[in-house]
Amino acid sequence: MKTEYRGTARRDEYGSRINRQHSPLLAYGIPYASILLGSFLPTLVIASAVPLVPPLGLMLLVGWRLARPGILPVWAGFPLGMFDDLFSGFPFGSAILLWSMAMIAIEAIEARFPWRGFLQDWLTAAVILAAYMFVSTIMSGGKVGGAMIAAFTPQLLLSLLLFPIITRIVARLDRLRLMRVRSI
Amino acid sequence: MAPPSKRRPGFSRRAQYGIFTGYLAAGIGALVGAGLLGLSLWRPASFNGPRSAARDIVAPAGAASAEIRTDSQSLVESITGYLRAGSQNAKLKQEVELARIRLAEAKAVQQENVRLKALLGLKEEEIAPVVVARIIGSSASSTRRFAYLGAGRNEGVTPGMPVRGPRGIVGRVLETGAESSRVMLLTDSQSVLPVRRVQDNVVALAEGRGNGLLRIRLINLGINPLKAGDVFVTSGAGGFYRPGIAVAIVTEKTNDGALARIISDPSATDFVSVEPIWQPKAVMGAATPVEDRLGE
Repeated sequence: MKTEYRGTARRDEYGSRINRQHSPLLAYGIPYASILLGSFLPTLVIASAVPLVPPLGLMLLVGWRLARPGILPVWAGFPLGMFDDLFSGFPFGSAILLWSMAMIAIEAIEARFPWRGFLQDWLTAAVILAAYMFVSTIMSGGKVGGAMIAAFTPQLLLSLLLFPIITRIVARLDRLRLMRVRSI
Repeated sequence: MAPPSKRRPGFSRRAQYGIFTGYLAAGIGALVGAGLLGLSLWRPASFNGPRSAARDIVAPAGAASAEIRTDSQSLVESITGYLRAGSQNAKLKQEVELARIRLAEAKAVQQENVRLKALLGLKEEEIAPVVVARIIGSSASSTRRFAYLGAGRNEGVTPGMPVRGPRGIVGRVLETGAESSRVMLLTDSQSVLPVRRVQDNVVALAEGRGNGLLRIRLINLGINPLKAGDVFVTSGAGGFYRPGIAVAIVTEKTNDGALARIISDPSATDFVSVEPIWQPKAVMGAATPVEDRLGE
């Protein structure tokens, strides 16, 4: 009991408390940096004939927003979506619109169901991802048919299954975000 | 998790206005996004500038990852090849026998071809590629199918140029940056390519369906002569692609044509060559409105 007390006084899960402080750069930078990286990474992975890689940028955005409601403002969908549009291959403006709407939707869901657990978060993310893929496919400027809708189904299922992993990644990044670094 | 306290700021006017402004900014952001989306659907080339600039910046990362990607793919291939070596060896021996015979026949046909062309006075032109480059990325998470190429305006790439891999057509250059360019793949839902069947002159249009398959639509309707296994090559119509490059192989017959699989899958392609537009004059002619006069 005694050691535990001493332990918490000197250090917490983010590192030593002596001479160490949270870094504002990490605390505010990591969520944005990870989402930007998530927008950009899928373009590198594979040049496949069918869409396969989940929309990592949006998944990270939703993950951060659900895990840490305070750090991303409601309007964060605009700048982050603009960056995503540069790389995603959808017409410019698609992610700006849909990511902004996703942020507003999460805000509304949170107001309606304030006490939420992991399952509800997963469901929220599932609804948002499905709606995002459906609407962005319709507004992709190509010819839309049943085949195209069927083409993104594996991608959607993959994203839904990947979301818990994304939340774990966000949790890990959150610890990194609040890590104490040497201050003097 | 408990709701964040940010939502109820108490009596602080400043905090209340802050929340209100946030919602306002989000709403305006969504509206601006809708406007930009409308603009880029109406004029798809509107935002080429910022997009290709962004692509140019990240092109080195793409080149590095492309190298890793192809290396790891060949590793997997060599392992699977090792596992199936025995049965494959026997099959390949048979195939090589047949291929040798066909090769000899093809040589004879080629000679005859040269002779006939000489009779007609046609010149055989070797087409040198504009540039050979790597595919450095693709829109892997989007239903539109684009690939990014590690060569751009500085290497002489211009929009419209056909891109081909060692097996066949990959797509067509859509927009160019200084050091990178965006390629519309054959499977994109806006890609249409005039093709013909290899063995005869059944002409058709190969349209991308966005799900990895092409839809072959016959131009002359009537009895559908296609069957699974038919190979389609470019016909040269339209002037972009030079005729005789492999495009697709039929997998399934439909009412008005067939569904076909592309021969040159971009995920299996490492280096691609960008070729000059086959008949620039024909392309220019097609782009000129009927009212305007062609030529001088």
